[in-house]
Amino acid sequence: MCTYQTETLELSGSGKGAGGWFSLSNASVYFDHPVHYLAEHSLNIDFLNLDGAAPSRVAVELDPASARELARAILTALDTAGEA
Amino acid sequence: MSDSLRAETVSYTGHGGDEIEAYLAKPLDEGRFGSVVVIHHMPGYDEWSRETTRKFAAHGYLALCPNLYSREARESSPDDAAAIARSRGGVPDERLVGDLEAAVRYLKALSDSNGRVATIGYCSGGRQSFLAACSLALDAAVDCYGAFVVGSPPEGVPLKVGPIVHMTRDLSCPLLGLFGAEDQHPSPDEVVALEEALKQAGKTYEFHSYDGASHAFFATDRPSYRPEAANDGWRRIWAFFGRYLASES
Repeated sequence: MCTYQTETLELSGSGKGAGGWFSLSNASVYFDHPVHYLAEHSLNIDFLNLDGAAPSRVAVELDPASARELARAILTALDTAGEA
Repeated sequence: MSDSLRAETVSYTGHGGDEIEAYLAKPLDEGRFGSVVVIHHMPGYDEWSRETTRKFAAHGYLALCPNLYSREARESSPDDAAAIARSRGGVPDERLVGDLEAAVRYLKALSDSNGRVATIGYCSGGRQSFLAACSLALDAAVDCYGAFVVGSPPEGVPLKVGPIVHMTRDLSCPLLGLFGAEDQHPSPDEVVALEEALKQAGKTYEFHSYDGASHAFFATDRPSYRPEAANDGWRRIWAFFGRYLASES
């Protein structure tokens, strides 16, 4: 099924895509059909720059276990560094 | 009829005077043909959508697949455009109807059109096919597992669409519905509710739900592909279009 489950957020940072580095303004996080990863569903993250006429994107499609490990690793890294 | 066809990217003027990219496929035989507006799925104007458009031409129809994300990311790949459209809440209904009305006009103006036009849509396009058939004068419409005709998107989802089952009384043409019995968007209960609304409104319709199939069972490039359901679905589509599109209007 198409889950349509989508979380969206604004964020600050940079991403590197096919055209090089660009500033990020938004992200979409959703569990739905992947484009490339061969599974019925995957945890997909789009890092986006929605400013201007030519939006840019860096995309990942992860299996659910990998996505949870990634989320844990991000929190661990931030906690270890004492960042907010 | 031969299976010779010509397929190419074209553009037409859509809602609000905006230029819409589209993929046009036509039989090369002499004659006048029925037309099909192919409404792509939520993943966008991708390779599979264009393959499907050619399939209609190979079966004797003029077929046009508009890129409904033409405005979102003109220079981007279809998957990037789909991601940007998702982040912005999808395609607004009013814009969609305007773009499809112009697509119908484009097809009817072709010299080899017989004047009859149908829509067919997959996934989000299934709902959009139903919406078009309730908003425009069409000769036939096919809804392939369109979600949110009945029911609303889950709480918190940014998709800016809502239920449109109340529009059933305005349906302008016969409707073919093809659904997966294992799908949750639309769920089997929602399919039953839509069927009930069609019955109550006295509309001509034909519904088929396939056991063992979920969402996107027509999509040959995805693990959701279910050949038994898809093959039967295609058989139903050719019979339906043969009945309502083949003759001159």
